[in-house]
Amino acid sequence: MIDISNYLLGGAFFTYLVGTIFIWGSLSSQSNKSASRSNRWGAISLVLSLLGLCLQFGYFIIRWIEIGHVPVSNMFEFTTFLGMMVVLAHVVMFFIYKTNIIGLFSLPTALTIIAYASVFSKKASPLVPSLQSYWLKIHVTTAALGEGILAISFVAGFIYLLRVVDQSRRSKSTFGIEFVFYSIISTLAFAMISFAFTAMEFETTFKWVSETQQEEELVYKLPAIVGPPNGEVVNSSHSFKSITEAPSWLNGSQAPRKLNTLVWSLFAGGVLYFLLRLLFLQRIGAKIQPLLKNINPEHLDEISYRSVMIGFPVFTLGALIFAMIWAQEAWSRFWGWDPKEVWALITFLFYAAYLHLRLSKGWEGQKSAWLTVLGFVIIMFNLIVVNLVIAGLHSYA
Amino acid sequence: MSNVKCECGHQIKAGTEFCESCGKPITLIEGQKLLNMRYEGVARRSKTSQKTIVDKIWNFFSSVKVGIWIIFLTLVASAIGTFLPQEMYIPQNITPADFYKDQYGTIGFLFYSLGFHNLYGSWWYMLLLASMGLSLIIASLDRVVPLYRALKKQRVTRHDSFLKRQRIFGVTPIIDHQESIEKVSNNLKEKRYKVRKENGNILAEKGRFSRWGPYVNHLGLIIVLIGAMLRFFPGMYVDEILWVRDGETETVPGTDRKYYIKNEKFIFETYGEEDEKFQETIDEVGNTIPKTYQTNAILYKNKNQGMAGAKPELVQIKEGPITVNNPMKIEGFAFYQTSYRQGEFHKMRFELEEKESGETFGNIELDLLNPKTNFDLGNGYRVEVLDYFPDFEFDSEEGPITKSSLPNNPAFIFKMFTPETPEGETSFVAIQQNLEPLGENQYKMTFSGLDVRSLSGLTIRKDHTLWILGIGGFIFMIGLIQGLYWNHRRVWVQVHGDEVLIAAHTSKNWYGIKKDIEYVVESTGLNIPADQAEDKGEKKND
Repeated sequence: MIDISNYLLGGAFFTYLVGTIFIWGSLSSQSNKSASRSNRWGAISLVLSLLGLCLQFGYFIIRWIEIGHVPVSNMFEFTTFLGMMVVLAHVVMFFIYKTNIIGLFSLPTALTIIAYASVFSKKASPLVPSLQSYWLKIHVTTAALGEGILAISFVAGFIYLLRVVDQSRRSKSTFGIEFVFYSIISTLAFAMISFAFTAMEFETTFKWVSETQQEEELVYKLPAIVGPPNGEVVNSSHSFKSITEAPSWLNGSQAPRKLNTLVWSLFAGGVLYFLLRLLFLQRIGAKIQPLLKNINPEHLDEISYRSVMIGFPVFTLGALIFAMIWAQEAWSRFWGWDPKEVWALITFLFYAAYLHLRLSKGWEGQKSAWLTVLGFVIIMFNLIVVNLVIAGLHSYA
Repeated sequence: MSNVKCECGHQIKAGTEFCESCGKPITLIEGQKLLNMRYEGVARRSKTSQKTIVDKIWNFFSSVKVGIWIIFLTLVASAIGTFLPQEMYIPQNITPADFYKDQYGTIGFLFYSLGFHNLYGSWWYMLLLASMGLSLIIASLDRVVPLYRALKKQRVTRHDSFLKRQRIFGVTPIIDHQESIEKVSNNLKEKRYKVRKENGNILAEKGRFSRWGPYVNHLGLIIVLIGAMLRFFPGMYVDEILWVRDGETETVPGTDRKYYIKNEKFIFETYGEEDEKFQETIDEVGNTIPKTYQTNAILYKNKNQGMAGAKPELVQIKEGPITVNNPMKIEGFAFYQTSYRQGEFHKMRFELEEKESGETFGNIELDLLNPKTNFDLGNGYRVEVLDYFPDFEFDSEEGPITKSSLPNNPAFIFKMFTPETPEGETSFVAIQQNLEPLGENQYKMTFSGLDVRSLSGLTIRKDHTLWILGIGGFIFMIGLIQGLYWNHRRVWVQVHGDEVLIAAHTSKNWYGIKKDIEYVVESTGLNIPADQAEDKGEKKND
């Protein structure tokens, strides 16, 4: 059964991928003025989004039945769920605004998130006592839905920037756009190299003194560019020697291995990005901009803003209010300044500032679009860095 | 500036941008094509009074810009506090100064020196939160009162210069307007607008209540901050940790001997072979994943509470398991399973043995928290406990001492009496030790058994602020949804000679109101109004 659910997830991933191709295809034919084909391709992409959503929902339900609790309890499960929420928010926005245009980046964002998720262990993990509560399904799913909707504000904001930023000359804005592309590409690169080296069965085992001052073994699945501090190779499937060592103040669980993975991702992402630039012979943003010329930027601005208006209350309810009620039940205090809690508060404060800037200070268009990009960075920081690097009660992996 | 009278007859407060009643612009900047509709152009205290020190403070905190800065500073400060663990999460057995320096080097030293190790309790963080509260109160009051007045006073018939300076505006030259306006009016009603008519003019309005959303949610936040502040007052909440050994009953702290709680048994379980679904994970990490922390507890009430010197008379009032997500609750008190310790020595057993023959003459059992001192084994055999060291250590000067009263390393000095040795023989017994300090003995105390037991760490909480926080949070959510999921839309239709003017305004979601307008105007013979901000590429007004 668990296999069936994994196939469904794979199917959903593939469907989103094809949906992405169709939505981009509809755009390039739009610029060729063959409107009917463009509409048809747009419609197909919407149907594919819906189909993918159904498949992924099937994965979710079957896995739930199979493991006996809502599958949002480890990094793999939560992150795939977040990807599903991004697509759900995309579909909801379609039905409000009758435009599929956000699919240009919402589907790739969901794909990237799910690809990232698939690197983590897919094994069903039992619930520790603090997670054994009906609040697990309420708190985590609501928070993820809020984040999914807020992600759409980033998507619309980013397309807005691609559409309006002057690409005829280099500027901070064009650099910012390229940097966003580079980050997305690096995340994809992370997933790709993880799969590649796993398939090749690369493995190096180090002996080192961990952050808890204990002698432990650390298994690298990628060739170690950055080894653990004062680490000793116990055995290795290859002759690759580590080039440098991780600084000893990195304090998360298995921090040196994660730093090594980060270095690999940034490096491979850089190579991929460079190849794309070589292929296009111009900035990626400049390559895409002409495709977007028929899109009304005001419309994107509105969708981006509306997503924050819809997503902010959902996020607040799920990630702060429900979280506090549960924390009171489980840990006897509703607030404990745990890093994850604080970063949820930071996300809340950030979008509160966004709304005030927009409503009262008239920040619209580019300024507000950059804010939504920053907001998404904060959400991703909370997902990736806070879970994996900063140790706390919410650490999953 | 003093108050003036508008041509419509309305008295206008100084500092107002346009008449609250008819909308005629008063202070129009040259070349201004659109009116600033935010807060209906009303005169706010912060814009009109700037003399006294109170005015200055009021003006400072009423500014949204200042509010955003406070939010931003709180955000940055909060973020800094997460990069290294806070003091409450570091090991207890090392001083914070050493911990941060040893673990994180220079960065740790700086973190500690700047007080970031206790950031969320620091005075300046409190100051940030306090100024956020002040900003919420003042900025809201500064706006909500005049806004309420303005929205209440608005007239149906507006000055044409008001309509012309709305973002959505259109003119249709038409002779027979009667029918068109009737159609528009019906369409507006269909779209669930409240339509008011006056001299053939229309003001249609919906979702006005969403304008109060921001102030409602700010009120909720203020209540939350007040609730959080109340926790600084003693007596508002109880937060105690109580360790209860298996089988023991303890007074519940913070209840003035009203409640007693018994730990019948503490249960700790890990996931194991019977949990087939998780076998793969269990195989990987071993049988170490905790499954249950549970205290089987009985709660008693003391009938003699308050009677000085009276022995407690306990009546059972509640019984059941306390687990991590299921605290036991009674009259505002809640008992949480938050900690445990396993394997504390409970009872030790010894046998009196004749060394040569190995023959034994009976057992003694010592409760390590409260050992009996005399054991009569019958037939003239007897053991006395001369001294007991629960946490034994040998001090070079003082001899045997105990480090604490906890039975971590129990040691005894026994005196053994038998018919053969009526004077008694002295023996010192500790774990893996058996000394005869006063010369060779005929008998010895042989270790024959040990019972261990668990301790359950229960957190006892009573929090009088929870309901305040709950109400605050609820009001906050209501306000948030009210303000963000609805919007205030107005449509004005006015006859001006041979022309029909249509103007519209919304607090947000212009896409939505444009769709409304298209629907309303369709097939009425009137022109669809244009978005003046979009057409002229001018900055929007709201």
